[in-house]
Amino acid sequence: MKEFKGSVLFLDRSDINTDEIIPARYLTEIEKSALQPHLLEDLKLDGFNSKNDIKGKSVIVTRENFGCGSSREHAPWALETNKIDLVIASGFARIFRQNMFNCGMLAIELSKEIINDIFDKFSQIDTLISVDINTDELIIEAAVQTQTIQFQISKFDKDLIQTGGWVDYADKYY
Amino acid sequence: MGKTIAQKIFKAHLKDQPCEDVNVLNIDRVFCHEITTPTAIQDLVARGKDRVFDPDKIKAVIDHVTPAKDSKTAMQGKIMREWAKRHNIKDFFDIGQNGVCHALFPEKGFVLPGHTIIMGDSHTCTHGAFGAFAAGVGTTDLEVGILKGVCTFKTPETYKIEIIGTLRQGVYAKDIILEVIRQLGVNGATNMVIEFTGSIVDAMTMDQRMTLANMAVEAGATSGICLPDKRTVEYLWEFIKEDYSSKAQALEMFSKYRSDDDALYAKTKTVDVTNLEPLTTFGFKPDNVKPISEMKGTKIDQVYIGSCTNGRLEDLQIAAKILKGHVIAGSVRGIVSPATPKIFSQALEQGIIQTFMESGFCVTNPTCGACLGMSNGVLAKGEVAASTTNRNFNGRMGKGGMVHLMSPASAAASAIKGEISNERI
Repeated sequence: MKEFKGSVLFLDRSDINTDEIIPARYLTEIEKSALQPHLLEDLKLDGFNSKNDIKGKSVIVTRENFGCGSSREHAPWALETNKIDLVIASGFARIFRQNMFNCGMLAIELSKEIINDIFDKFSQIDTLISVDINTDELIIEAAVQTQTIQFQISKFDKDLIQTGGWVDYADKYY
Repeated sequence: MGKTIAQKIFKAHLKDQPCEDVNVLNIDRVFCHEITTPTAIQDLVARGKDRVFDPDKIKAVIDHVTPAKDSKTAMQGKIMREWAKRHNIKDFFDIGQNGVCHALFPEKGFVLPGHTIIMGDSHTCTHGAFGAFAAGVGTTDLEVGILKGVCTFKTPETYKIEIIGTLRQGVYAKDIILEVIRQLGVNGATNMVIEFTGSIVDAMTMDQRMTLANMAVEAGATSGICLPDKRTVEYLWEFIKEDYSSKAQALEMFSKYRSDDDALYAKTKTVDVTNLEPLTTFGFKPDNVKPISEMKGTKIDQVYIGSCTNGRLEDLQIAAKILKGHVIAGSVRGIVSPATPKIFSQALEQGIIQTFMESGFCVTNPTCGACLGMSNGVLAKGEVAASTTNRNFNGRMGKGGMVHLMSPASAAASAIKGEISNERI
């Protein structure tokens, strides 16, 4: 199982689509590692620079409908090759969310109010987030304060990230 | 309590429920193309599981970049070709027979009412036009589909959209779906199935229904479904006539999937299209929609007519009717890609290709290329396109380019004018 913790990249926008996460011009790559330099290259977000802002980050916190658009699993792969295995949002597009868990990565959905609160308190300062998968808890740490937030994922999703993904699961049971 | 079409299809295909709200469904059709399948194939090989659950239920095509444009796309094609051969996948469509997957597969009769269909492509929802549950999935789900013929879905909630009224001249299925997306928003139907009903949908041809269902995902929907009816049977008859004694019998069988009158919907909305004008998008989200009349004067560099949304025969007929006798503006590059070889051939017979060429359009082979900025019509930075495709995301047709989505009629009118226009329609 992956380790879900690290420094946070805040993306203060809703509806970030998979073309923004990884543009189609890189879909001819067969090796996942080739996607690494191009993560969020076309993101429309004031002040964001994909060349400088991603480095050292392992967690994304964002708003609604993250990963909408294309079905490309290259989107989670582009995150994964940048060591970002955890995305926290107030909502995900269906295919993107399923792709994350299928890859053994974690997509945590929190209410709009909680996401607003996290943005208000932490988005302007260096923040670390870690996940305790056994207690379903997120721990947010920054200089000013530490906060613990409860989250929910299904037992099935937990099984997927703990047992290495959907391919082995399906081949075993079906 | 009655059931929706999605609930009926789920019930008929349910294999397992590993936990509440997770349904493992048996899949009738696994569709494959060369962008998302090669990585699945390679992973299966690496895991020592290079198998397919049923070669006759897998249909494959090379469509996104064809002919190959470079060594990388050539390799994607090669991996597909060799895989199809070693697993005896007979319905594999390579160069000469290939076309845009969501136009080609229905045209081959592969999609039937009541089917469950997955593909590593978000516009798989197109096939819901036939009363199927069809959904785009990622590469891992596709891989498991290929290996085991199953896929997981949450229990579907349905958003019923009733489309009523009288359409004005020059307003088409594309304008209707843009209006629906404008009203719902790009997140309005996330995790839901959209069921398109109402007198306008009843009167639509299958080509039009495919345009409608195609863009359900732009409102976040898992699938967009039209209920199977006489028109569905009529379209499919050549493929199913051995299986049913009459069209009436086929209709009766397909009708069992139609939603019950007392089915429970999560949401409903009525869209009256009586006053609808030709629409287009602005900005970088498909719900940024306004009337073309408010966008007049926007200069364009390229017009693209094609794609799984609007590259079918009817679309080309409508565009050609507007182009006939006119030459497109000198400042505009016109590109048309008939979505399949059959459509191309019919367009040739009907003189449509001639009309496009005489008006100054470049006619390319069937391919997805330009729609997602991969080939056959990529925009340069700062360029603007009027396009019959489905996404206006930032950089979609080329880094730094701008895309305005519209109907084939509006695209043709805009090509003549050199700016966004609905003048001739």
